[in-house]
Amino acid sequence: MIKVENLSKSFGAKRAVDDVSLEVGKGEVLGFLGPNGAGKSTTMRMLTGFIPPSSGRISVCGHDMLEDPIPAKRRLGYLPESAPSYGEMSVLSFLRFIAAIRGLTGEDSRRAVRRVVELCSLESVIGQTIDTLSKGFRHRTCFAQALIHDPEVLVLDEPTDGLDPNQKHEMRTLIRRMGETKAIIFSTHILEEVDEACTRAIIIDRGRIVANGTPNELKSMSERAGAVAMVLAGASAATVQSKLAGLPSVLRTEILQDDAARVALRVFPQKAGSANSGGVLAGALAELAVHENWKIEEFRTEEGRLDEVFRSLTLSDTAHHKAQSEAQGAAQPAEAQS
Amino acid sequence: MKNLSSWAVIRTIAGRELAAYFESPVAYVFLVIFLLLAGVFTFTIGGFFERGEASLGSFFGFIPWLFLFLVPAIGMRLWSEERRLGTIELLLTMPVTIPQAILGKFFASWLFIAIALALTFPVAITVNWLGNPDNGVIATGYVGSLLLGGTYLALACMTSAITRNQVISFILALILCMALIMVGFEPITDMLGRWASPRVVEVVSGFSVLTHFDGFQKGVLDSRDLLYFLSLIGFALFTTGVIVRNRRAG
Repeated sequence: MIKVENLSKSFGAKRAVDDVSLEVGKGEVLGFLGPNGAGKSTTMRMLTGFIPPSSGRISVCGHDMLEDPIPAKRRLGYLPESAPSYGEMSVLSFLRFIAAIRGLTGEDSRRAVRRVVELCSLESVIGQTIDTLSKGFRHRTCFAQALIHDPEVLVLDEPTDGLDPNQKHEMRTLIRRMGETKAIIFSTHILEEVDEACTRAIIIDRGRIVANGTPNELKSMSERAGAVAMVLAGASAATVQSKLAGLPSVLRTEILQDDAARVALRVFPQKAGSANSGGVLAGALAELAVHENWKIEEFRTEEGRLDEVFRSLTLSDTAHHKAQSEAQGAAQPAEAQS
Repeated sequence: MKNLSSWAVIRTIAGRELAAYFESPVAYVFLVIFLLLAGVFTFTIGGFFERGEASLGSFFGFIPWLFLFLVPAIGMRLWSEERRLGTIELLLTMPVTIPQAILGKFFASWLFIAIALALTFPVAITVNWLGNPDNGVIATGYVGSLLLGGTYLALACMTSAITRNQVISFILALILCMALIMVGFEPITDMLGRWASPRVVEVVSGFSVLTHFDGFQKGVLDSRDLLYFLSLIGFALFTTGVIVRNRRAG
């Protein structure tokens, strides 16, 4: 229902968003991940027609955002990053104003306001001036605003920002529930939210999409995905390692703990990232253990971790620099000694 | 959900904007100051009674100066407030065009000025009670005042689109309005007349609000004066549109 093709935006010489393409259909919740300053907000501001892109196309339910913005905007609900609202208005008059500008009048307006007030649990503050509300309520007021016309497409810029853990959880549940009938894009830098609410996630770094897939697909990109962690008794680390090296499905092994009684280790599969290789690896390891008469105390295939994928994809440059400077730092004392 | 007509959108925005004036004490403070100053200027400095004539000349004569400070104060928040609060991002992602938003805001503040002017009715009643003034002249005086207020306001609207800081917006508007007065202000035109030809002086003072406001004060509805005010309003609002379009974020 929302389709973006080759979207780019430059601010002067800085390229904030670089050739981003994505598509979100009905029933999908797309998580938009990325470190701060990666271009998430800029992309969302373009999607919603607030700022024009430098190049590229945006279409919402078949309406081009650049050529025909009004019908496109009509089908869209938007929660901006700072959750702005007119502070001097009461929650009720603010929501009524948004309803009116969205073309809802009379009974329709009253019904819509009632619905979003209930949905966002605003009953207790409905008559209060927005300025006097806590951050959580202000945030939800702005969220209610985005839902008032029951839009087909929702764009939410950090919808859980500034909420307490309970509210965060409620918000994610709400997003997941609404996602069944709408197309939702929401940005976040909290990785658990992806697992909890998204059907699909995109990771963006320095304006570019670096990964796009279901949460499980993304996790399987982690180095650890499909790795086998096990604890063996009755074997020494050295023998285990040398035996494992002989297996074709093993990439490398990592000894986690080694004492006289048992050895804990993690075995990485040959072709990291493919779920199948994990299964092959697990089978081969079990077979070997039985053959060598090792006693297995613990045996677990790992799922892969999102934060690891996130870090490896978005921090690659910084990590590289850091490694370099550390290497230099380590080299200098050595020279001094000699 | 209906598709709203342009006019309905403008009315909705104007309604919110006008309500915003009255939800804060600023509106009442403004009205009190305006009426107080209008009274002081008319009766004391303007010499309403000493003139010995049944007219509101002393009232309307001060309007360009009174509005010079008060109208930019009304207009300064129109767009800067939206920027400061970030609500500009909401407003412009609604199914609303930029001209609709600009007109909505402009009409709301213009209506506010109209209310302020309407509240000066006791002056008109007083002069009618004391003598037999030409009420036609009073009517054109009010029309001229409203147009003058609209012109100042459109300029304030333009300067408020530039910045999120209301004070800067106020000062810029003040400078622009002041310039529009000064080019037709007698001491200035006299000075100019000393070294420039009368033709030049005439052209320069033709840009002044004072020159064009004069007719209304005398009861003359000249289409050129109307055109002057309306085209200034149009120009300033159009420029506001260009500014808002190009500086949406930030």
